[in-house]
Amino acid sequence: MPEISRELLLHVAHLARLELREDELARLEVQLNDILAAVSKVAELDLDDVPPTSHPLDVVNVWEADEPRPCLSVEDALANAPDREGDFFRVPPGGSS
Amino acid sequence: MIDTLRLTAEGAKKLLDANEISGRELFAAYLDAIGERDPELHCYLHVCDDPGGDGIPIAVKDVIGTKGIPTTAGSKILQGYVPVYDSTVAARCKEHGLRFLGKTNTDEFAMGSSTENSAYGPSRNPWDPRRVPGGSGGGSAAAVSAGLAPWALGSDTGGSIKQPSALCGNVGLRPTYGTVSRYGIVAFASSLDQVGPVAKTVRDCAFLYSVVAGRDPCDSTTVDVPEVTLPEGEDLRGLRVGIPVELNEHEAIEPGVREAVAHAIELCRQLGAEVGECSLPRSVDFGLPCYYLIAPAEASSNLARYDGVRYGYRSPHSEDRLAMYKNTRDEGFGDEPKRRILVGTYALSAGYYDAYYGQAQKVRTVIAREHAQAFERFDVLVTPTSPSVAFELGGRTADPLAMYASDLLTIPSCMAGLPGLNVPCGLSEGLPVGLQLIGPQFSENTLFRVGHALEQAIGFDVVPERLR
Repeated sequence: MPEISRELLLHVAHLARLELREDELARLEVQLNDILAAVSKVAELDLDDVPPTSHPLDVVNVWEADEPRPCLSVEDALANAPDREGDFFRVPPGGSS
Repeated sequence: MIDTLRLTAEGAKKLLDANEISGRELFAAYLDAIGERDPELHCYLHVCDDPGGDGIPIAVKDVIGTKGIPTTAGSKILQGYVPVYDSTVAARCKEHGLRFLGKTNTDEFAMGSSTENSAYGPSRNPWDPRRVPGGSGGGSAAAVSAGLAPWALGSDTGGSIKQPSALCGNVGLRPTYGTVSRYGIVAFASSLDQVGPVAKTVRDCAFLYSVVAGRDPCDSTTVDVPEVTLPEGEDLRGLRVGIPVELNEHEAIEPGVREAVAHAIELCRQLGAEVGECSLPRSVDFGLPCYYLIAPAEASSNLARYDGVRYGYRSPHSEDRLAMYKNTRDEGFGDEPKRRILVGTYALSAGYYDAYYGQAQKVRTVIAREHAQAFERFDVLVTPTSPSVAFELGGRTADPLAMYASDLLTIPSCMAGLPGLNVPCGLSEGLPVGLQLIGPQFSENTLFRVGHALEQAIGFDVVPERLR
């Protein structure tokens, strides 16, 4: 089981869009390694021939009729916006990802 | 004088139908009880005004979207969020005339087993306020036990309805996956999340389930549901009860819990059931690790939507958009969602996917097959719901893995999409013990029948001793 290094933790945090503070990093590094050591138990079973379960019910996809229905008004859709400009959500300018 | 500590929803309906009380008096009685006891217990994050009408009041867990009523999921990142539409379950409650008393406390994003992960502070157990009510739906369970609501809705991913009901001494159903719509519910782990009822009696629980269950075109995972039968019988003749050895003899189970459940199993025999042992050899040891990979993986995806753009909290100190995302999420999420987002992101990332998420999904198949095998011989399985009675606040907060183990016995059946019913079965050290009834998919009516018969035979007093 690979150990989660500080560098890997920072990489995963970036993927998850979390800006972790120094005190959080120290705590999480220990906790995540403990958690991953515990959940790695799943590797003990040899399950090469077992199919995965992604959904607990044995159901097949059903198509609904494609009929237009009323949807949220623009005002409702923007009602919880932290910031808006006219009929748009307003956000700070883009940074590099 | 309306005694909200003892009044069931069924009892309330009789009083309303007979015009012995008015809808306004009934709602006011609950608001009075909330005013009296909620400052200590902190079951509610938001209390509503009486919307009028003569329907039965109900409390709703704060992960359930309610139009015009704040919905925070116990998180700072949703502080001030007011949904502009109703979840399907909220709409169905309204169609039945039910009136919302308020939104109940929950661990942040339903992640936890004690409500101590709520960004708004923990709820407390009505039997002993120094102890937790369980979680994540501790607010709903404690509200029902303390007479602050006749019944409530919760949500259950790995035990968040069943475990708090066990710790607070009431009846909670986690329904079969796919029976209750999740449209408008704050999503945590979508292959596991289910909404379900919490009540004082099995009959109330069954009735509330009948209100919310059924296919919903807005949730493609829902299916047609068998008609609900309110239980009446008091015997268990012809019923085959299985006792999974690993879930009844696990070393983590407290002696007092084991004793109370063993007594209830003996009652099953006396009521005419045929009782036998069975085995779920890998479901317990591998259930917990399986869950703590699948649930965080799905959570990391579901919680990606909280980015400060369209609703909820936005960090005020960011120069550019990437920094805004990252600061918003760091400042808005508490510790437990962060841990799960990081574990989930890691488990889903390139190079690790097969070893973690893929392997966990195969373990899930193993767990489902073990249960299916047990149901070839038995109609229902009986286990303790929680290995321990309610623990003290702060007792497990320092060690995430110790908190995770609270759901040791509720998780396996959740992984298989099976329904589970908690029924109070006695006291240990003056605190409630719950037994868990597990059935095959869509066997809710059987669980109600067994739960009702046991409830009558056990005669558990659901009112906390200190409030009688």
